[in-house]
Amino acid sequence: MDKDTSIIVKGISKRYRIGVAQERADTLRDLITSSGQRIGSIFRKKSEPKAGIDYIWALKDVSFEVKQGQALGIIGRNGAGKSTLLKVLSRVTDPTEGYGELRGRVGSLLEVGTGFHPELSGRENIFLNGAILGMHRKEIEARFDEIVDFSEVGQFIDTPVKRYSSGMYLRLAFAVAAHLEPEILVVDEVLAVGDADFQRKCLGKMGDVASAGRTVLFVSHNMSAIQRLTQESIVLDKGTVLLRAPSNEAVDFYLNRGLSKLGERYWEADEVPAASAPFRPLAIRIVDKNGVVSDSVRSVDPITLEIDYQLEQEVTGLRVGFYLFTTRGEPVFTSFDTDSSELFAEHTSRAKGVYTSRCVIPANTMNEGRFFLGLNASSYGIRRYFQDEQALSFSVDASGAPGTHWPEARPGAVRPVLNWEIEKKA
Amino acid sequence: MSSAETTPEIVTLKPAKGWLSLDLKELWRYRELIYFLTWRDIKVRYKQAALGVAWAIIQPVLTALVTTFVFSRGLKVQTGDIPYPLFMLSAYLPWHLFANSLTRSSGSLVQNANLLTKIYFPRVIIPVASVMAAMVDFLISLFILVGVMIFYRVPVTLNILWIIPFTLLAILSALAVGLWFSALNVRFRDVQQMVPFIAQIWLYMTPVLYPIMINHPIFRFVYNLNPMVGVVDGFRWALFGQTPPDLNILVSVAAVLLLFISGLFFFRRMEKTFADVV
Repeated sequence: MDKDTSIIVKGISKRYRIGVAQERADTLRDLITSSGQRIGSIFRKKSEPKAGIDYIWALKDVSFEVKQGQALGIIGRNGAGKSTLLKVLSRVTDPTEGYGELRGRVGSLLEVGTGFHPELSGRENIFLNGAILGMHRKEIEARFDEIVDFSEVGQFIDTPVKRYSSGMYLRLAFAVAAHLEPEILVVDEVLAVGDADFQRKCLGKMGDVASAGRTVLFVSHNMSAIQRLTQESIVLDKGTVLLRAPSNEAVDFYLNRGLSKLGERYWEADEVPAASAPFRPLAIRIVDKNGVVSDSVRSVDPITLEIDYQLEQEVTGLRVGFYLFTTRGEPVFTSFDTDSSELFAEHTSRAKGVYTSRCVIPANTMNEGRFFLGLNASSYGIRRYFQDEQALSFSVDASGAPGTHWPEARPGAVRPVLNWEIEKKA
Repeated sequence: MSSAETTPEIVTLKPAKGWLSLDLKELWRYRELIYFLTWRDIKVRYKQAALGVAWAIIQPVLTALVTTFVFSRGLKVQTGDIPYPLFMLSAYLPWHLFANSLTRSSGSLVQNANLLTKIYFPRVIIPVASVMAAMVDFLISLFILVGVMIFYRVPVTLNILWIIPFTLLAILSALAVGLWFSALNVRFRDVQQMVPFIAQIWLYMTPVLYPIMINHPIFRFVYNLNPMVGVVDGFRWALFGQTPPDLNILVSVAAVLLLFISGLFFFRRMEKTFADVV
């Protein structure tokens, strides 16, 4: 390993058994019925997968190098292997195959607030969380004031964090993590939290980290943040590295490939930040005029959009809706399920339960192209529960729309049907 | 920040293979985490409890009262010169330490699943910290033991210092079983259902509430395979100075060491899969 190389990864692969969720339910009964076969498997070297059990490769033959002081972006859609890669790099889990070297301590911001205990005060949690993240007590003491300043929770530092608002909680959690000073910092999606001001502050802090000569690995769905904070990025898909290029190119490549092929996106419980509670997104989907979930819809047909979500307790003033963006990130429009005053009055508070909010984008609204849907759930002026700016992408096909008899691309995001009149004046 | 001259250590990533060697250096580097997790367990346990740490004393005292009533008054268990409450407490305190540590450590990995799946640190720290937290309760409860001894005018001699090695033996026993159980529990949640039951049976197999009544050498050898027999026997000797433990204590020590070392290796073998399975 060269002196100025920070990370080398060679042919790293990671295999999971399909239905790891079921493995949780392993019971002694299973064990007994398989007559000790399983116990044997605990002791046996994990070599080749046994026949009859399905495995998936979350990472397959991933290789790359990162120079010291470089900030590398990692882009890929959900399930592309980003989180697994970060878990392997931060040594939470071992690769199934391959080899890697890291120079120095790895600090990970896989999820802010991990290890926070609700009963303990802010002060106590700073020490506990710092220790969990691998800081020494002296380091924590030395940075204590800085952490408190950054978090802006000052006067509540001796209050149990269970009494904190979710914003305060997240600010404190991020502050601790941001002040640990490892040689390699791994950041996953932290920017999905907090208000815009705090997000800006977090981005600034991460910029500082990178410019201080430490190596940063940055995973985000926020393409502008990727472009701003990293010089180079790798694009992951189905566990393999598709491309490594300067971030601008990588982002273009990624966006043009399309995020999703299915027209539907599910959220697993562990993909939703704990801070979103009591709101939990379940799925978002695009449905065509035949009622089929589709990634590609026609401009001349109405487009149905459905958002499934669960409320773990009653929520007052909730609005669930979406932002529509072009692939270049230009907003097209925004809409919420309680925009109409009747529905707003009818749903001032929503009881615990599972809901679907559905709307129809009328026919002849969208122009051809690819679009992103961002999901937002919030109570106006109170709290934003959940936001995912690229929850789903879909394509619109303009064939059959007015004007398509001219084979030209029409600029613009919308393609309304306008009633032209042609009057002969003279 | 450390000076730029010091070259940071190189960490390697590779597939877990075979029985891993114990990385004591790594454990040492994370020693503060043991302290903080222990401290967290204690803090959290007594938060919002009006009586707070006093529970560490109330629990054994109440148990002593109840068992005195049942075993001494009811079943007329003979304990020689030593009053029953003292006889019982002298063994119940190390027993409580053992049972407490065992229960806590067995469930510890699963309870800390969010840490296991997000952050790297030597996993063994988690069961160790939960045993340490039980240790703090034990130290507090020792005060009542001394108090009861004074009450019954049992002389407190320097011989009492012998409880230190026997306490260590109790902790080591709990940790040994805890390592096995906590690692198994990650995969098979049945373990946490079984632990209270196992602890109950184990209590009856240990001379806590009654004196040792076995004299046959072979049976005694088998009896001592239960390390808590050695611990309890040792405690009574250290406190009341009757017959000193014979060579059978070595049987207990050997049993613990075997269980502990095998537990450590089993744990290390399993820990690479914790994050994927828990």
